[in-house]
Amino acid sequence: MSAPSDSSTPRGEAWVWFSGLGLIVGLGMVIGLLSLVFLNGATVFWAPPVPVAQLDDGRTLIGQLAQRRIRAGSPADQPKYERQYQVGLRELNGNSYLWVDEARIKAETFPADILGLERVENGPAFVRPQSLRRSDGQVVAIAEPAFEVAFQAEVAAASAVREKLVEITRHRIGDVNAAMEQSRVGLRRAEDLKLADEIAARKAEIAVLDERYALLQAEAAKVTAGGAVASLTAQDAAGREVVVPLTQVIRAWFPNRLDTWGRVKLYGSRLAEFIFDEPREANTEGGLMPAIFGTLVMTVFMSLLVTPFGVITAIYLREYAQQGPLLRIVRISVNNLAGVPSIVFGVFGLGFFVYVLGGSIDQLFFADQLKYNNNTPVFGTGGLLWCSLTLALMTLPVVIVATEEALAAVPRGMREASLATGASKWQTIRDILLPASAPGILTGVILAMARGAGEVAPLMLVGVVKLAPSLPFDGSFPFLHMDRKFMHLGFHVYDLGFQSPDSDAARPMVFATTLLLIILVVCLNLGAIWIRNRLRARFKGASF
Amino acid sequence: MPSLMTPPSTSRIQVRPAAEREGRKDYISIRDYGFWYGQKKALEAISLDIPERQVVAFIGPSGCGKSTLLRNLNRMNDLVDGIRHEGDITINGRSIYDPGLEVISLRRRVGMVFQKSNPFPKSIFENVVYALRVVGVRDRALLEEACETSLRKAALWDEVKDRLDDSALGLSGGQMQRLCIARAIANRPEILLMDEPCSALDPIATGKIEELIHELKEQFTIVIVTHSMQQAARVSDRTAFFYLGKQIEYDTTEKIFMNPSQAQTEAYISGRFG
Ligand SMILES: Nc1ncnc2c1ncn2[C@@H]1O[C@H](COP(=O)(O)OP(=O)(O)OP(=O)(O)O)[C@@H](O)[C@H]1O
Ligand SMILES: [Mg+2]
Repeated sequence: MSAPSDSSTPRGEAWVWFSGLGLIVGLGMVIGLLSLVFLNGATVFWAPPVPVAQLDDGRTLIGQLAQRRIRAGSPADQPKYERQYQVGLRELNGNSYLWVDEARIKAETFPADILGLERVENGPAFVRPQSLRRSDGQVVAIAEPAFEVAFQAEVAAASAVREKLVEITRHRIGDVNAAMEQSRVGLRRAEDLKLADEIAARKAEIAVLDERYALLQAEAAKVTAGGAVASLTAQDAAGREVVVPLTQVIRAWFPNRLDTWGRVKLYGSRLAEFIFDEPREANTEGGLMPAIFGTLVMTVFMSLLVTPFGVITAIYLREYAQQGPLLRIVRISVNNLAGVPSIVFGVFGLGFFVYVLGGSIDQLFFADQLKYNNNTPVFGTGGLLWCSLTLALMTLPVVIVATEEALAAVPRGMREASLATGASKWQTIRDILLPASAPGILTGVILAMARGAGEVAPLMLVGVVKLAPSLPFDGSFPFLHMDRKFMHLGFHVYDLGFQSPDSDAARPMVFATTLLLIILVVCLNLGAIWIRNRLRARFKGASF
Repeated sequence: MPSLMTPPSTSRIQVRPAAEREGRKDYISIRDYGFWYGQKKALEAISLDIPERQVVAFIGPSGCGKSTLLRNLNRMNDLVDGIRHEGDITINGRSIYDPGLEVISLRRRVGMVFQKSNPFPKSIFENVVYALRVVGVRDRALLEEACETSLRKAALWDEVKDRLDDSALGLSGGQMQRLCIARAIANRPEILLMDEPCSALDPIATGKIEELIHELKEQFTIVIVTHSMQQAARVSDRTAFFYLGKQIEYDTTEKIFMNPSQAQTEAYISGRFG
């Protein structure tokens, strides 16, 4: 070997390439993951043309192409493909999706009369419409020029009926039920304590509510009957007749007739539903509003809880506690807390927050509820508060460590200057150290938020559910219901992907939900980073 | 000021005659004072009296304990772990180690300017009035008045009067140091400690601060640590020379620079060691 001194590349140079390679692999994985989620998630709502495919065994199918893949076992040099179509009409076909060997497709046409329907139940349908029965009973055949206008008008009218029904059954009857619940509890209590006056009052209340309930039921029945007339008669691919009541139709479109703008509008309306509506069909359809809201509220609460906790702890550890072996042990324990599997925090949250804390709160403040409402717990069961607390505990080490480091990074001169002017220790911390270390503290909060927003396992134990009957926020006092169970995007992904009866139908939603979760976390982080940068700008000097 | 741009050689040191104003002669009194950082003895048998409203300079080679002594006058060294002292320091007759005396109130009476300027990341105004805010002054007019007087005394008012709400971190190094002086005198302490206040400044800024010291000594007792013989000679009434934690000589500046009684002092001043 020649002397290394005259070689043109210094000896350490290989490591540059090596570490660069590491970066590339890491970046590649991140970009790959993000683009997979993005491509799959963002195309879910796009409506492509829908073919009619003739198979070689004489069967016909109408369906939207969902996937195309190489058949298992086909030779590598001459790959054979198979396609998955979303054929819809689950009630007739038994399944919404169908795999077809590409070689068996004899012909594919795109007739203009194919109609796509999104329905309240049984998923979508792709049919050839025949005739429309309007709500006044008149029948319009497909051949008549008035068909399409009449059809869209009837669909819109049916939507209004459906919304009215939701308003009556979900909200107004729901309110009556809640009031009834309260009255019954009150009645049981009054009976138990033998309060004659109150028994009578409660009974009267219940009678009024019963009456209101009956009225609402009648109104709902009337609305339902009014909406039951309009229907669409159509044929499926095999020529079977299908009758779809229009109240079942959420959206209808002619996939082979739409121009690009029409498709974009359809995309927008589906996206809006996805973001602003409530889920349907075991969460595989409809929107994610409750889950988005739940995730947001929970993450914000967690941050609000963990920040003061973590900052106060760090101030004590750094500024007040006697430095020594005991403190070192405390620090090591705090750091180790960050490595505890999150499910352990879930178990702790369930055991301590829910059962002990929540149980005690119920005993103290909701004793009547417990006694006269079949032991139904209020805070003694999973809920928003316990989820936020559990995640706050889980992310506490991140904030503590970040705050301690930020405090330590404040120049010693600043601390001395403050003390030298006669400020007390606490004044120095409050006026000088905390503002100066705010950007560092916020970095910790950002990390905590990122970890908390994506966490699922512990939440399953302390209050996240597949389907929450109501949002944790509504118009009734105290507006924010910390005791309520709620929905969460992360859990939603798990539930769709692994717990749903029709995994094919859930697949697109899994991607869309994942994309949404990622976007949400990114937005939360960007918000926090924006705040941090504003703080930083305040502390940045021109000279030094 | 050409004489400031080219520092005069030691042979041409101009000495200001000690102006004896009336006031307590042993306003600050250090008696047999020794100080340890852990096992390390940093000061040994220091005894000196600092008269009221005079400027006293501490000189000596690096590491001889000037800062340590200075930082003990307002008990800044309490922040260091494992310190120990013997002897006593009294200010106006009262020991600064008196258990009945709160460190905070001591520091309110003894202001300090550090070697490295250390403004807070706040506005210029908030920097100056910090000491007043700390004692709970809320009155805006009072704060504004104090801000202006302090900045005027620190010869900074004209440069910053239009940008009081800007961040102090946007000032130049010399302006920052004068801001720190303004901050230190805003709550009218009785004593001002200055640890090499000019070490990072250009001759013009240095000159301004020296003029400032002249003006401030009408009201304050000033202790200044400096590495510049010229500066010590120009600004101080009395000078103490330290070497390896010991007080070698303490006398009027005139005597120290013209006719030192110790050979070590003579050698240090004439630049033969240190
Ligand atoms: N916080 C500390 N802990 C331990 N030793 C210290 C500490 N501060 C200073 N010392 C030591 O005490 C001695 C005196 O230090 P001091 O800072 O008072 O010197 P100085 O005279 O101000 O020097 P300079 O002119 O370089 O500022 C030095 O030997 C130094 O190493
Ligand atoms: Mg020093």
